[in-house]
Amino acid sequence: MKFKALTAAAALLIAMPVMSLAEPDDDHLVINGDLEIVTKTAAPAHMEETGIDTIMSGWHFRADETQQLEMDDFDNPGMIFVDQAIDSWNAVEGSAGKSCASCHDDPSSMEGVRAVYPKWNEAAGEVRTIAMQVNDCRTTRMGAEAWKYDGGDMASMEALISVQSRGMPVNVAIDGPVKAVWDQGKELYYTRTGQLDLSCASCHEQNYGNMIRADHLSQGQINGFPTYRLKNAKLNTVHARFKGCIRDTRAETYKPGSDEFVALELYVASRGNGLSVEGPSVRN
Amino acid sequence: MKLTSVTLAAVLIGSTAFAAEVGPKEVKYNDDTAIEMSLTGMAGDPTKGAVIMGTKSKGNCVACHEITALSNAPFQGNVGPILDGAGDRWSAGELRGLVVNAKMMFEGSVMPSFYQVDGFTRPGNAYTGKAGKEPLAPLLSAQEIEDVVAFLTTLKDE
Ligand code: HEC
Ligand code: HEC
Repeated sequence: MKFKALTAAAALLIAMPVMSLAEPDDDHLVINGDLEIVTKTAAPAHMEETGIDTIMSGWHFRADETQQLEMDDFDNPGMIFVDQAIDSWNAVEGSAGKSCASCHDDPSSMEGVRAVYPKWNEAAGEVRTIAMQVNDCRTTRMGAEAWKYDGGDMASMEALISVQSRGMPVNVAIDGPVKAVWDQGKELYYTRTGQLDLSCASCHEQNYGNMIRADHLSQGQINGFPTYRLKNAKLNTVHARFKGCIRDTRAETYKPGSDEFVALELYVASRGNGLSVEGPSVRN
Repeated sequence: MKLTSVTLAAVLIGSTAFAAEVGPKEVKYNDDTAIEMSLTGMAGDPTKGAVIMGTKSKGNCVACHEITALSNAPFQGNVGPILDGAGDRWSAGELRGLVVNAKMMFEGSVMPSFYQVDGFTRPGNAYTGKAGKEPLAPLLSAQEIEDVVAFLTTLKDE
């Protein structure tokens, strides 16, 4: 009895700040004055059980000054890396004497790619992230060395590929051959880890909109990746971000490129189905 | 002569208070999910407790809770309820129980257990991201918990 009453009182106390702060701002993201970005939309059907009916880009949870940096490509520091990646797109490397351009012509041939990855690769019989696909091209078609999974070269190339799909809705498949991997990713999303015993859901599902010390918790969406962070002044990959968040639970992390992170990426990406591809985004 | 050797023995094992300390595996809750006895047999120091609660490398309670009395600790979070008046809402034993393992009172709480050393999924070595070996050191020591509890009991709505 006593327990029930106290819990209800505590629940009330918790509910109030949530209601006042859970609303991220209502700003609109238009890039370069003409590219409309969907940063808030109805949650995909598979999220019904989460209680979240509107999915939101992390852009809404950032300060106005940070948001503005993404509204013009001349202000977006992430675009410098896109330029660098154009050079590596055209650079011949490896024993086959080829570049990305040898097989794919212009980077614009990558339009639509970011929106549907991670994705099933029938020939390989596996779910592939863009980074896995890039490294497969480098090693098997170019005879070049694989890039570090979450290194600078890879992050820049992912930014170049992402830009080709900016404004298109994220639309990753969650059933068919990827279903088992998606299930694994979902399980990881809800698994509480580390000495702080927190899951992705503890912060990004139960507490988005709330402050955890100085951080305004977002829904942890990845439609904006790779993301330029003011904090470390570089482009950050999805797996590097996952690693940082798990480390912050005082847990042993998984490795970038591991099966676990590929599965988690597929699941988290699917929670953003309907948001626009936004990368490279700017965050703090 | 005899007295000296006893003192010496006490020094060797650290302190007499340490010998009496209730370890993380020995904590006992009563039916009201409270821990009545001090974990160290000693009273806590509320001034130290206030510092522990506001310090990032210690309790960092302000990461999730607002506490008006700690307004000198910047950027207080709101993942948990405001702790003003916590000393009115809860007894010292209940507060001790909450800090040791909040999940006893609030099932599934996101509040970390500050006096737990094992039973974690993928326990890490602090914030390195590397594997840690259980038993881990608890997030707060027994005396630090007593200090925090002593401070919490001072949080009264006048
Ligand atoms: C202890 C709290 C906490 C946990 C647990 C946590 N995160 Fe985060 N996460 C944060 C904070 C704080 C930020 C930075 C602010 C923000 O964007 O939410 C962040 C940011 C992110 C971002 C960047 C969003 C953007 O728009 O740039 C992603 C993606 C993310 N988290 C995913 C995850 C995933 C997946 C997990 C579980 C493996 C996880 N997080 C677990 C606290 C947490
Ligand atoms: C990661 C978030 C988090 C941290 C860190 C945290 N708490 Fe909490 N705490 C909560 C939440 C959430 C609740 C509400 C109970 C629930 O529903 O889980 C709570 C409840 C409480 C309560 C009872 C609330 C009331 O006023 O009735 C007390 C007391 C408390 N916490 C003290 C502390 C102290 C002391 C520390 C640090 C040593 C601390 N908390 C650290 C999240 C946190």
